[in-house]
Amino acid sequence: MDVRSIIQEQLKKRILIIDGAMGTMIQRHKLEEGDYRGDRFKDWPIDVKGNNDLLNLTQPQIIEGIHRQYLEAGADIIETNTFNSQRVSLADYRMEDLAYELNVAAARIAKKAAAEYTAKDPAKPRFVAGAIGPMSKTLSLSPDVNNPGFRSVTFDEVAGAYYEQVKGLVDGGADLLLVETIFDTLNAKAAIFAIQKYFRDSKTPELPILISGTITDASGRTLSGQTLEAFYVSVMHARPLSVGLNCALGAAEMRPHIEELSQIAACFTSAYPNAGLPNAMGEYDEQPEQTAHFIEDWAENGFVNIVGGCCGTTPDHIKHIAEHVARVRPRPLPVVEKELA
Amino acid sequence: MSTVTIKPFLRLSGLEPLVLRPLTNFVNVGERTNVTGSKKFARLIRENKYEEALSVARQQVENGAQILDVNMDDALLDGEKAMQTFLNLLQSEPDIAKIPIMIDSSKFSIIEAGLKCVQGKCIVNSISLKEGEEKFIEQAIICRSYGAAVIVMAFDENGQADTLRKKVDISERAYKILTGTVGFDPQDIIFDPNIFAIATGIEEHNNYAVDFIEAIKEIKQKMPLTRISGGVSNISFSFRGNEPVREAMHSVFLYYAIKAGMDMGIVNAGQLVVYDEIEPRLRQLCEDVILNRNPDATDKLLAFAETVKAKDKAEVKDEAWRKGTVEERLKHALVNGITEYIDADTEEARQKYPKPLDVIEGPLMAGMDVVGDLFGSGKMFLPQVVKSARVMKKSVAVLTPFIEQEKEERKKAAGADNVETSSAAKILLATVKGDVHDIGKNIVGVVLGCNGYDIIDMGVMVPADKILETAKREKVDIIGLSGLITPSLDEMVHVAREMKRQDFEVPLLIGGATTSRMHTAVKIAPEFEKGVVHVLDASRSVTVAGSLLSPEQKPQFLQTIRTEYKKLKEDFASKKTVKQYLSFGAAQENKVKISWDSFKPVAPSFIGTKTFDGYDLGEIAHYIDWGPFFITWELHGKYPQILQDKVVGAEATRLFNDANALLNQIIKEKWLKPRAVIGFWPANSDGKDTVFVKTGPGNPAGEEVRLEFLRQQIKKAADQPNISLSDFIAPASTGKQDHIGAFVVSIEGIEPHLQRFQAAHDDYNKIMLQSLADRLAEAFTELLHERVRKEFWGYAKEERLSNDNLIREEYSGIRPAPGYPACPDHTEKRKLFAMLDATNQAGTILTESLAMYPASSVSGWYLAHPESKYFGVGKIEKDQVVDYASRKGMSLEEAEKWLRPVLEYDV
Repeated sequence: MDVRSIIQEQLKKRILIIDGAMGTMIQRHKLEEGDYRGDRFKDWPIDVKGNNDLLNLTQPQIIEGIHRQYLEAGADIIETNTFNSQRVSLADYRMEDLAYELNVAAARIAKKAAAEYTAKDPAKPRFVAGAIGPMSKTLSLSPDVNNPGFRSVTFDEVAGAYYEQVKGLVDGGADLLLVETIFDTLNAKAAIFAIQKYFRDSKTPELPILISGTITDASGRTLSGQTLEAFYVSVMHARPLSVGLNCALGAAEMRPHIEELSQIAACFTSAYPNAGLPNAMGEYDEQPEQTAHFIEDWAENGFVNIVGGCCGTTPDHIKHIAEHVARVRPRPLPVVEKELA
Repeated sequence: MSTVTIKPFLRLSGLEPLVLRPLTNFVNVGERTNVTGSKKFARLIRENKYEEALSVARQQVENGAQILDVNMDDALLDGEKAMQTFLNLLQSEPDIAKIPIMIDSSKFSIIEAGLKCVQGKCIVNSISLKEGEEKFIEQAIICRSYGAAVIVMAFDENGQADTLRKKVDISERAYKILTGTVGFDPQDIIFDPNIFAIATGIEEHNNYAVDFIEAIKEIKQKMPLTRISGGVSNISFSFRGNEPVREAMHSVFLYYAIKAGMDMGIVNAGQLVVYDEIEPRLRQLCEDVILNRNPDATDKLLAFAETVKAKDKAEVKDEAWRKGTVEERLKHALVNGITEYIDADTEEARQKYPKPLDVIEGPLMAGMDVVGDLFGSGKMFLPQVVKSARVMKKSVAVLTPFIEQEKEERKKAAGADNVETSSAAKILLATVKGDVHDIGKNIVGVVLGCNGYDIIDMGVMVPADKILETAKREKVDIIGLSGLITPSLDEMVHVAREMKRQDFEVPLLIGGATTSRMHTAVKIAPEFEKGVVHVLDASRSVTVAGSLLSPEQKPQFLQTIRTEYKKLKEDFASKKTVKQYLSFGAAQENKVKISWDSFKPVAPSFIGTKTFDGYDLGEIAHYIDWGPFFITWELHGKYPQILQDKVVGAEATRLFNDANALLNQIIKEKWLKPRAVIGFWPANSDGKDTVFVKTGPGNPAGEEVRLEFLRQQIKKAADQPNISLSDFIAPASTGKQDHIGAFVVSIEGIEPHLQRFQAAHDDYNKIMLQSLADRLAEAFTELLHERVRKEFWGYAKEERLSNDNLIREEYSGIRPAPGYPACPDHTEKRKLFAMLDATNQAGTILTESLAMYPASSVSGWYLAHPESKYFGVGKIEKDQVVDYASRKGMSLEEAEKWLRPVLEYDV
């Protein structure tokens, strides 16, 4: 059975759990510049501390350890550590040319950990989602307030960078592709464009696509100004396995939006909020049981098929979420009509 | 938990979604942002004036375009670059970018360049099989990769499809490729089966329109999820220069094409005449040509066109419709708003039908259904609907005595119990206690009345208990409240609370200039759970009432509204912390810094008051600002451009002519009496927010009056002051004697005329008169302010401003009104009225909510300082309210009651 059929079957049976924050967990290791560089990049001309994706090459055991913690906590889907692994974002560290390699390595690390857990309990298959982040430059917004027509990057550059990332993730063994934290829909459309083109070029079956947008504040719109429904309409040509929301908001703030999405989305829905809103120190302090409590309420109301956490969430959060939704029935897949009644 | 059903509708998006449901009316595609169609737009793009080009797009949106067609096909342009530049700029204009874009080009490279700039789901216009299947598939895949819907032209390797068979066959072939090989959803496919010019004199062209219409039917039947589009003006190409004929052809063509299933089109909607309004002979000839009904149709239309050409458009209409059946005549009179023959026609119908009620339920309702449909689909505009209502009411008035008589007879026959009641749903409308404004409410009443509802209009200043008592007695199905001034908002909250206390089940509608969706969601809806809906304007009231009165739709509709309002309320609560406020002390510190040393105050030509009784209306009329007049009538656009607007221009012109005719009569026959009182007094501020006015001995307000003003408290950018009106009056500490002025202006004497129109069932002229009185009050205010500046106060003797400059407020000094943004406390109006003795001097009274009566009244302060300007106080914090209450000698509670709309905090 191919991965698409397997995950669809699982999604019909239960609510799947996606893992929590990667960055929060890396922070716990209190890594220094030298740890980031490792041996291979000890002479790199600029600082690389903070380039978490580089750890796939220099500290793979740390990344694998984090994956294991989330798998142990009950995550069905783990995300590769590739949020910024495309050449546009990597340019900040002058590491454009490492883009492909980073993605392959990250997918392999995650796949290894996931395969082990699947082998332990074949009834609970684990999936690796290749994480495709939003990129440091945007296609719909001008960085120059005096020149609203200006763009710092072109659609072709963005699509090209994502194409390379997708190739790396697929070659490394990712099961799913997750376009996430979308605050500019046009960047996401470039990612979808790249994914479709990659599978057309490689003549292999398309991997399931998961799409997750970000509603930035109480206005209920994306940063690029779209309403939730407009966002959904703009990305549905990807024929995604799921569409959902993550980041920017805590579960309490995300509720009305995920409720709305559950009513309009023709596919499965996902939601992985932050651990509340950051406090004055910029830290997330919502407790695992609090987050789990909110998410249980969504589950009981039939809003979701995939849940988990974003910024500030930990294996403990995931464990609590998994326990709280374990016995709740997943949102039934909508009936998509093929003719006008 | 129930399973959601997703319907296969065409869904598009800009910043907001656009879903084409089966009942969606014909979708207007804005066509002016097209260099091939608009000379102006082409020139702006060529000259690199993109900012101005954006305003063309904005105008399209404002005029009701639901999709924006953008075309940069010009030999002199770098099409790819122009498309990208324009679309990138457009993305930063939320009011334009909210609607979906149709990327229009005959060059696919330009289309793809455009697709790379738009985050929403676009329509590509167009692709076709003309260069073969391979190219078609390649382009279709690219369109799908960008998530766009496509328009497919009926064009293949052998050329454009010109027969029914070819149109359908090519469309089907394209459909199979798109849904099969390429993987398109059927609902994302839009066919353009080619509209060609007819009546060209070439026989082969005669059946082109028929072929198009038949092709639509067959395509829709074979591929029901697909959509149909087309460029309408091609059809009449051979009549270039003869607009009346072209317009008629377009209307007739669309009439049949839309019936056959045409969903959208690039059309100049402003040039469309109502199908039924076309002069019957012309319509007949157009139908013959379009439907290819006889071989000499073209010759006949050509011959007729010659006669039309010379004449003015207005002269084309004739009295031929009088030859129709009585039903046709009633319908025509309703749709066209003609009252001339209505009494006779109604009487004729009454004699024809068994019962007088049958006339209402038969031909009259049938006619009003047509009106409702045309209005609902944007093909008729509000002034036309109000005219139709006038015809309806006049006709009903003829029938009423007979209906009553018949009822009496039946009562006698059947005994008193068996009285039949009206089956129409009842809607109660009232302007709440303390408020006198009712133009908007009257318009809503007329529009709902036209849609078959029984309207109980309780008028103005209606207390809650009276509203609810009537609602119970009359067993109404909906209660609608209206209000214009801010204190009315509280009264609406009160009505909602009372409805809950008295266990009302019927929904509550909220409308009026001061109301908002946000206020309704946050303050009113939480008070009454059985349904509270804010209605933006009269056109929306019909759909809202329809949804609320349909047992099937009501639960879902209310649920949607509740969810929406709950979200608004939550957003409101969470947003409030975002803005930062200064302490009141800090805000006072940051007042407007005026260098008083160099200030030379000008003393007014008199101190005390001066009254104006019976000013010349003709002179006042020169100062009318027509902009708000059109807004009252829900015609959107700037005056005078609106008169040439392509969508509403014709109707706006008609309305404007009617308004001027009535205005001339008002002036000539002196229907209305302008009254005013103005006054000036020495004044100084305390350097903070209080202004001491030396009103002098004998003034009804006392020898000295202390005016209290409110100050902006929101944290401003560096160098930006926190303004209060008191900042523009010299502080006493400067030692300079400054002054302040005040005025009240009223237009008196409207009642007998309103009653006369009411008695004649003439809502059109009633609303017209009310809106003109409002305009005259504003115009008189403008006129007096000019005289104040130049003459009475005389601080700007050299001023030379046109009416446009006046409307744009380019004068020096201001005239802010208590209760409005710069001084939002209505209660200061009491002082203003006392100082001017306005009730005696101008005949204007204040209600308990501080609305002014007559309703067409304006009041305000005069400030002369050259730096004084209009601003909004915005939200204020509690520390200021506490200080303000103590300055005013009010309890905190009372101050909060009056200031509620500007409070930053919850009480």
